[in-house]
Amino acid sequence: MKKKIMAAVMTAAMVAGLAGSTASVYAAEDTITVGFSQVGAESDWRTANTESMKTTFSEENGYELIFDDAQQKQENQLTAIRNFIQQEVDYILLAPVTETGWDTVLQEAKDAGIPVIIVDRMVDVSDDSLYTTWIGTDSLLEGRKAAEWLNAYATAKEIAPEDLHIVDIQGTIGSTAQIGRSQGLEEGVEKYGWDLLEQQSGEFTQAKGQEVMESMLKKYDNINVVYCENDNEAFGAIDAIESAGKTVGSDIANGEILVISFDTTNAGLTETLAGRIACDVECNPLHGPRAEALIKELEAGNEVEKLNYVDEEIFAADDAVASVTAVNSLDEEAEYAVTPITQEIIDGRAY
Amino acid sequence: MNKDKLKKITGARLFLPIICLIAVLLINVIKTPDFFNISVRNGVLYGYIIDVINRASELVILAVGMTLVTAASGGQDISVGAVMAVAAAVCCQILSGGQASVTQYQNSIILAVVAALLAAALCGAFNGLLVARLHIQPMVATLILYTAGRGIAQLVTNGQITYIRVDSYKMAGGYIGKCPIPTPIFFAIATVVVVALILKKTALGLYVESVGINGKAARLVGLNSTMIKFLTYVICGVLAGIAGIVASSRIYSADANNIGLNLEMDAILAVALGGNFLGGGKFSLVGSVIGAYTIQALTTTLYAMNVKADQLPVYKAIVVIIIVTLQSEVFKKFIAGLKSKKASGAVAEGGQKA
Repeated sequence: MKKKIMAAVMTAAMVAGLAGSTASVYAAEDTITVGFSQVGAESDWRTANTESMKTTFSEENGYELIFDDAQQKQENQLTAIRNFIQQEVDYILLAPVTETGWDTVLQEAKDAGIPVIIVDRMVDVSDDSLYTTWIGTDSLLEGRKAAEWLNAYATAKEIAPEDLHIVDIQGTIGSTAQIGRSQGLEEGVEKYGWDLLEQQSGEFTQAKGQEVMESMLKKYDNINVVYCENDNEAFGAIDAIESAGKTVGSDIANGEILVISFDTTNAGLTETLAGRIACDVECNPLHGPRAEALIKELEAGNEVEKLNYVDEEIFAADDAVASVTAVNSLDEEAEYAVTPITQEIIDGRAY
Repeated sequence: MNKDKLKKITGARLFLPIICLIAVLLINVIKTPDFFNISVRNGVLYGYIIDVINRASELVILAVGMTLVTAASGGQDISVGAVMAVAAAVCCQILSGGQASVTQYQNSIILAVVAALLAAALCGAFNGLLVARLHIQPMVATLILYTAGRGIAQLVTNGQITYIRVDSYKMAGGYIGKCPIPTPIFFAIATVVVVALILKKTALGLYVESVGINGKAARLVGLNSTMIKFLTYVICGVLAGIAGIVASSRIYSADANNIGLNLEMDAILAVALGGNFLGGGKFSLVGSVIGAYTIQALTTTLYAMNVKADQLPVYKAIVVIIIVTLQSEVFKKFIAGLKSKKASGAVAEGGQKA
């Protein structure tokens, strides 16, 4: 008897639940539901990226954003996407933690008829149709910009290429940013004959950047260029360099260690202004507006480009290099201006 | 006579852990001879060995707590890494008064540290309650905070990295004034000494072991085994809190996602490498500490040997497999078996000759 009552109560509850959920679906008909699976909050860049999405896909703009922080774990992202599919969201935004391993879950999304927009890092899937479009930064171009800047800088300061002793503090191995930025540097080494001493991963964090730099400083006495693949690693590397009694700056000839970094976070540019980071290549995190534009196109039933790159700048501590010429991932060569950093520029930026 | 002495040494509990640490360090003698050079640069000690001792500090602190938990409850606390993040988040958030980056304390440092340690103790108490009182398996009980801990830390910091750019905050992870020794080393030594003293001077060490060997029997002779288990988890939590503050001081920020990431596994490994039985009971604090240094020595060695970042975990795994196998009972018996066979063979041969 007790069991029967329980069953009855539960059935009633389920029916009520169903009724409730259909009601909410009707009410939310003209708002677009977007599920966003974010990697985590491992850096200031990521936080700016998340903020951009949150402000763009706000309720006032007619969206409902379901945000999921995966804390750097792919399995959390897989779960999040499956949840989005079950919740029948209109669009899925995915900022993948690594490139591989997405085939199955993206197929599930495709079967459910939900367009997937990949954000930031790329996915490596056997079938391109598994995702609708991709927005992000061209990390290979960023790497090439940095390499070209270094070459132009060395030429301007009359430093021979073989006198550039470089260490590369790489990002999380396998991430798009790491692959592109490492390749950009490696191409530069190949092309100009620099001395690349070592590449080691700092996992995009300050703590690891510091630990790796500490170790490299002990191994080589002649390091004069540190190529950090994000700002947080650069902060760690700078701390390690300074506690070893060396100075960071751009005067290589007088024993200073030149730091090149990426991401141009507020703190990163502040260091650039202080002359501690010589060159900071932007990796624009403000993907929200671009993502919204793409979703509007898709809503209108239009086709969209498969690859969408956001515009990015180069900032330097001084004006030794005016511009660099680099080739992007689509094999288009262009000239990019180098902006000497000022306090006004930092204050005027959104992140 | 000499043989007995040798046997005594090789039979000692700490023999294998020490040998393993020495073996790891010896690789460097061949591969990177300047590994053992220590010099003074910029007024502070400088060298790979200093790096090993400095970088292992958090792990040593965690390993001490993990040893107690393991001994008393026969299980591990896998939430320590997350608890580190919680403590760091609480500490930095109070210091920054809610801002993302500050160059001046907004609240007193003492308040922040005490609050951080309280938060860590609370996490430990929660784990302790589940394990000691509700008899949930330690791995399962601590899995809750392992998963939720970083979420809580994120919540505290509003999902951002909170920077405390104040020189005095960098002390715990850097250097105090002109002292040439990195401060984390003092934290590690102090932790080991204080905990060892407490265990030796009070009967707590003995109690923990008796509860771990047989909880029921311990209760029957009048020990409050629930309380003792609970206490070890609280201690473990507080120690994780201290480790969290040191880690956060190193980078003068609270990075909720990365502080103490995967460190719980290293802490458990340190306990195991130290020759401690993970099923509880008798334990050796010094063993775990040696284990912790072995792990960091391995990491630093691999950096020094220029192992590519993507291959690093493989080498680490291989060394760990070797060390653990060397210390396993089955392997020891196998070796003992080989020895006795050889001995008996020799006796038989001798007999024939005669």
